[in-house]
Amino acid sequence: MKMNALIKIRLKALLGGLLLVITQLGFAAPKIENWVTDSGLQVYYVQVPELPMLDVRLTFAAGSAHDGDKAGLASMTSSMLDKGAAGMNADQVAEAFESVGAEFSTGSARDMAWISLRTVTRAEQMQPALASWKKIIASPDFPEADFARLKKQMLIGLEAEKQSPAAIASKAFYKNLYHDHPYAQPQNGTEKSIQSMRIDDLKNYYKRFYVVKNAQLALVGSISRNEAEKIARQIADALMSKGKGAGEKAPEVPEVQPLPKAEVIHIPYPSKQAHIMIGQPGDKRGDKDYFKLYLGNHVLGGSGFTSRLMKEVRVKRGLAYSVYSYFIPMQENGPFMLGLQTRLSETDKALEVVRDVLRKFQKEGPTEEELKASKLNITGGFPLRTASNDDIIGYLAMIGFYAMPLDYLDTFTAKVNKITRDEVIDAFKRRVDPDKMLTVIVGGEEKHKDKVKDNAKENSKAENKTLGKEAITEKKPQK
Amino acid sequence: MITSLALPGVIRTSFLVLVIMGLSGAFSSLVLADSGSIQGKTDSNTNHISNSVPDNSKVHEYQLKNGMKVLVKQDKRAPVAVIQVWYRIGTSYEHDGITGLSHLLEHMMFKGTKKHASGEFEKLVSAIGARNNAFTSQDYTAYYEVLASDKLETAIEIEADRMRNLLFDPEEFKKELEVVKEERRLRTDDNPNALMREQFNAVAFLNSPYRAPVIGWMVDLEHMKVEDAHDWYKKWYTPNNATLVIVGDVDPEQIHAWAEKYFGVYQSHPLPDVKVRTEVEQKGIRHITMKLPAKLPGLRMGFKVPGMISAKKGEVEKWEPYALEVLAYILDGGDSARFAKNLVRGREIAASAGAGYYSYGRLPNLFVITGVPAKDVSTADLQKALLNEVDILKNELVSEAELKRVKAQVVANEVFERDSIEHVATLLGSLESVGLGHQYMDDYVPGVLAVTAEQIREVAKKYLLEDHLTVAELIPQSLKTTAKTEKKPSTTKSIKK
Repeated sequence: MKMNALIKIRLKALLGGLLLVITQLGFAAPKIENWVTDSGLQVYYVQVPELPMLDVRLTFAAGSAHDGDKAGLASMTSSMLDKGAAGMNADQVAEAFESVGAEFSTGSARDMAWISLRTVTRAEQMQPALASWKKIIASPDFPEADFARLKKQMLIGLEAEKQSPAAIASKAFYKNLYHDHPYAQPQNGTEKSIQSMRIDDLKNYYKRFYVVKNAQLALVGSISRNEAEKIARQIADALMSKGKGAGEKAPEVPEVQPLPKAEVIHIPYPSKQAHIMIGQPGDKRGDKDYFKLYLGNHVLGGSGFTSRLMKEVRVKRGLAYSVYSYFIPMQENGPFMLGLQTRLSETDKALEVVRDVLRKFQKEGPTEEELKASKLNITGGFPLRTASNDDIIGYLAMIGFYAMPLDYLDTFTAKVNKITRDEVIDAFKRRVDPDKMLTVIVGGEEKHKDKVKDNAKENSKAENKTLGKEAITEKKPQK
Repeated sequence: MITSLALPGVIRTSFLVLVIMGLSGAFSSLVLADSGSIQGKTDSNTNHISNSVPDNSKVHEYQLKNGMKVLVKQDKRAPVAVIQVWYRIGTSYEHDGITGLSHLLEHMMFKGTKKHASGEFEKLVSAIGARNNAFTSQDYTAYYEVLASDKLETAIEIEADRMRNLLFDPEEFKKELEVVKEERRLRTDDNPNALMREQFNAVAFLNSPYRAPVIGWMVDLEHMKVEDAHDWYKKWYTPNNATLVIVGDVDPEQIHAWAEKYFGVYQSHPLPDVKVRTEVEQKGIRHITMKLPAKLPGLRMGFKVPGMISAKKGEVEKWEPYALEVLAYILDGGDSARFAKNLVRGREIAASAGAGYYSYGRLPNLFVITGVPAKDVSTADLQKALLNEVDILKNELVSEAELKRVKAQVVANEVFERDSIEHVATLLGSLESVGLGHQYMDDYVPGVLAVTAEQIREVAKKYLLEDHLTVAELIPQSLKTTAKTEKKPSTTKSIKK
């Protein structure tokens, strides 16, 4: 049986390879197969026959954007899944996976939550691993004692954030970038929200969001299409057990409003460096400007050593070890952010350089030469992006979750390569406003307000009229 | 687990994970979300159980006439390859006063040669779509490009060029030194656990060079000169001190030919004498406390233990390092291991706890145990609980089920690790560079599978001794900035710092 299956896989891979050679010269992205199970579960599958292993990932629209007024709910629900299921306690769950060498994990972010499994494909290991995985999906127990401990762990996690200037900056950045929008929610909750969370909140959240209609399944590895279909059906059944049915899609994430004005937030902290984050709402998955912004940002701060920010801040001036900019496209507009860390004495200088680089780029865009170099880099490096099973399942999850077209990887470089310099300039003009940037600075002593205002002035030279109304916020370090 | 070839103290140059490019942006929010959280475990290499790759495609080994070694391994899943050039030079070759020099030199390696001026190098690498960087550890420095395999020759040419033709422009040096100092502030100075770890190592080791931080002491960085870097380069960057490792969709014979063409032109040079500096025997427990602006207390403990290299040299039994390796898995090889089961869950004494056997150096290192106490638990009680788990290993045999679990994990991981060609290349290069030899990869799984419960008890009794233990405790201090305390000079609190 086993043998036959293996031979079939190899044959299929061989034939698949032949077809690709005929139809496509050069790099071929992994062949993604997509189907929907009878119960309505979206499945994305790539066969990689070479390594005897399987990756499985279920994604749900169940991230912190769906926390409502209970910050940390998505994260806590996700963390409780391996604490007990179908009568197994946390020890038994861990042993069930580790005794067959499998890796189980869960996680959550702003848009999504996921449940993953990595196992070798020898039946004696894969079958028990999959069986345990399905038990967790079908009937997590949410034991009270583990929930009490998780609360304490979450609170310690919040303490850990407070001793990391990077974490403090990131938290303040999201909070002030998104204000009333759910993306502003601290994913790990607050002292108050964690303490007042009840186990029923988690159970209800699981029941509502971890459902077939709100899920996508990704499978990558050395299993046949038939096996993949069978596994997908079983997983869909597990999701629907206990009378849960196929459920409903999560409600839409509300639209993100642009920032009304520039704002500078300084948070004093006893560090050697200032951690600086500058940004505003950027773009979303499937955005009509996605490729233009992506390509432009590659030149600005997304390409590592050859980026303008790296050249100006690090190479020319030695002001920082790490400096970057990027768009994080999400369900709705994710952040466009620039960041660096510099010794306290150079904070103002570094800010000035970064703002100048951004302002100039937003106005003039990349040079033809820069654009060409970025296109070469993106095209030439494209095969690296799907070189491992781990890379591939990441893309499958993204494509499935954000309902990207199946030829997303096949057409990516072509889409990038046909973008002109004018299109990049146009996109940056419409989508990035250097006069309305949020700036978060963590580090150093409490500044005099005038001083901060000076910084802000540089940020918005052109917008004198808004200066008077500029929100200059001094924040105490969070306790 | 902290174990493994994802070596401790390895520093990656240039940019952090913070540079998250393009497509993967979808998930970059996840990366940020995890920062600062201790929900997982204490060390970044946590859970990564390393090692060994089955030999369904063997390692092709060549030696050039000038002494340079070439290792090639095929992986044809995707039309990509990784090229790494390894130099046997790192912090453990440095002496007091020049700590961090190997790492600083690594940064200078991106600053141009006679042929490829500073900046041009990066453009060239970018134009072929390569992802590149470098890393320095206590024992080695390595440079790499990951790229489409049809662009490999360019990368080989570039790497060969900077092996001998590097420029040392004083202005570039000055700026890069500032960059490295920023790197030190980012990684160490503003991170309480990293600061503790740095001084812990300096106390655990008296004369072994493993006492020095890879990034270097700040005072040493402040007094570094461009000539120091240049001398270091001339001494150590020679073909007979290097290994070229290539893994991916490549033809080994073609690689060999290119290696001859580009690296083969250099002469070998005599290498400086490396002093032995064997650590003196520890004669009793050492204890330090670190008072740092922080929120959470922390504990770091280390026992002096032999390394894999000690067995290779015949100083200890062949099986002993493997037994220590399995012992580390027993304590912290996942969520079903003893620390998670007994201390994080169970008695709820630790918010997190980790164990790792630092076994792959060219010199013996430590068996490290780390932990953060659970809420309302004292660090002293956590220490007692962690050491109690060690004592149990000295007195009782581990169960059959636990041994079976570890072995299943090791066998599965051997498959999982092959998913990343970079990981495979890094294993080959590091094993070769510390003197274990790349063939060690084939010995690893059988070595682990042969370990018995009795052997685990024996190494616990023989090596995890209180007299060979160093303990560091982090005592959190206020995170208030000085300006704020100055504002209230009348309160007694303000005098605190």
